[in-house]
Amino acid sequence: MSAASRLVLGDSAPFDPTAPLTASGNLGRRTMVDRIVRVIATAAALFAVAMLVVVVYGVFVRGVSSLSLSFAFRNPQGLAGGGIFNYLLGTIEVVTLGAVIALPIGVLTGLYLTEFAGPRSRVAGFLKLALDVMQGLPTIVVGLFIYGLIVIPQHVQSGFAASIALAIVMVPLMARASQEVLLLVPGSLREAADALGVNRWRTVLTVILPSAVGGIATGAILAIARAAGETAPVLILDSIYNPSQTTLDIFHGVPTVPMLIFTSVELPIPEAVARAWGAALLLMLMILIANIGARLWLARTRTKMAR
Amino acid sequence: MLFALCALAGLLVVVTLFDLVYQLVKDATPAVSRFGFGFLGHTTWKPGFNIEGAGALIYGTAVSSALALGLATPLGIAIGLYLSMIATPRVRATVGPLVEMLAAVPSIIYGFWGLVVLVPFVKHLEPGLHDALGFIPLFGAPSTIGISVLSAGIVLTVMILPIISALSRDLFLTVPEELKDGAAALGATSWEVIRGIVLPSTASGVGAAVVLGLGRALGEAIAVSFVIGDVNAIHGSLFQPGSTLAERIANQFQGALNNLHLAAMFYCGLILVVIGMITSIAARAIASRFDVNRTLGGGVL
Repeated sequence: MSAASRLVLGDSAPFDPTAPLTASGNLGRRTMVDRIVRVIATAAALFAVAMLVVVVYGVFVRGVSSLSLSFAFRNPQGLAGGGIFNYLLGTIEVVTLGAVIALPIGVLTGLYLTEFAGPRSRVAGFLKLALDVMQGLPTIVVGLFIYGLIVIPQHVQSGFAASIALAIVMVPLMARASQEVLLLVPGSLREAADALGVNRWRTVLTVILPSAVGGIATGAILAIARAAGETAPVLILDSIYNPSQTTLDIFHGVPTVPMLIFTSVELPIPEAVARAWGAALLLMLMILIANIGARLWLARTRTKMAR
Repeated sequence: MLFALCALAGLLVVVTLFDLVYQLVKDATPAVSRFGFGFLGHTTWKPGFNIEGAGALIYGTAVSSALALGLATPLGIAIGLYLSMIATPRVRATVGPLVEMLAAVPSIIYGFWGLVVLVPFVKHLEPGLHDALGFIPLFGAPSTIGISVLSAGIVLTVMILPIISALSRDLFLTVPEELKDGAAALGATSWEVIRGIVLPSTASGVGAAVVLGLGRALGEAIAVSFVIGDVNAIHGSLFQPGSTLAERIANQFQGALNNLHLAAMFYCGLILVVIGMITSIAARAIASRFDVNRTLGGGVL
């Protein structure tokens, strides 16, 4: 090893700046190691992209033959025929209600953390910890919690219970997204409003929220995309429903797309499995497109706000 | 007024969390009072005979997550290094989001895909692994189905890989350019810059990223339930089916035989909550030492 790499590697040997720079003689080995590491790192990145391609392609080839307009807009017939309209509608209903509940809580929590709590506030620190823990909870546990809280007392599984569980999944994501965007709002805007003698709440409503609304919206879309594919809470809370009927009665079982996939996979009917693949492809496409769109929009919002 | 609303929202978050723990403890009580802490070590799960123990589940959870972590940690760090140090900005802007996209795919898709695509592949992989590494008990006799702890570990690897790689990429990008340039000016190769500057200065943050990935792997229910087989057994070999805590709940909750069976699953949920809290708090504690800013993917990872 040369003197230079010794220093870099943090060896305890004292560095002597007066020592003559001599070729260590193993430069070839060092560049070889360097090259191997580069190849390994590149291969790892390729592997990850390849996994994405393998998963997306695997779902695509199996599901694409089922996809059609009538697949999305007709109710199922029997165990295998027809479309998945009622499942799609149910997922949209359950996720929308969850998002309507989660969005205000998430945004207000984000506002509390950025606008009202001081940077060294103990309460804010605890709240951030609570959000971290909430985000780290396995979603099946959230399902169990709501099962004990709502389903047991009401004696009925319902889309409503699933909505609450999905709201718990979304709140920490939305709170964190709002907090991050709100932190990007320039302090000079707040100071200008303060200098004009504007109330804090009026500043928040008329100055800060409008300039952060794009980022909050994209954060919300990402959270909703996550919730739409959640299966564990729906399995616990909303698995008893009429599979062939369109229902909007959220206080009883509502069919959802993840449950369709979950229940069809092991059916011994090839058509039912094909329908499940179609549903999986549709769900995945919606989630990935929402993700890509939200990310592009977020990147634009960020550069706009950074200016 | 607005302050009150905001404080109320924050309070609601905290109260929900406490209520969650309370509710799980309450619903697990029949099992807790019957089995006590012996539940954690007991390996029999026979709901028909009112005997439940989570020993085999905890073992399966630990092994599948350890396997996923063992595979995803080096891969994730390597991807993070590639994206932060080796890739050109344009490649980074394309490949980075693609890797993060792995985290957006829902677990039901990973489960379905794992069952239909990965499991047959693992079935063909097992004889080769057994021939090459059979002297290690982990790689025992190949099974004939491919539904195994190994399949579960691979699915979990794919699921936590984006978390570890995106977090470590963002960490590596925070290393000051001056330090890296200084080392390079002293004649260090890229690898020596990584080994001497980048990894030591971000080690604790990478640790936090790995712990976050671990938390995700330990609690994954749906994807694992498709590929692990839900067999209540402890096998030394990765090629045998097994079960995990979360997966057991997903598999048996609908068909719960009696209240005790249900309570035993709530007990499993309680164990998962404790594990989840420990991993979240540990990741935070590790990260806060270095003031790591977790600003990944809009916080959705």
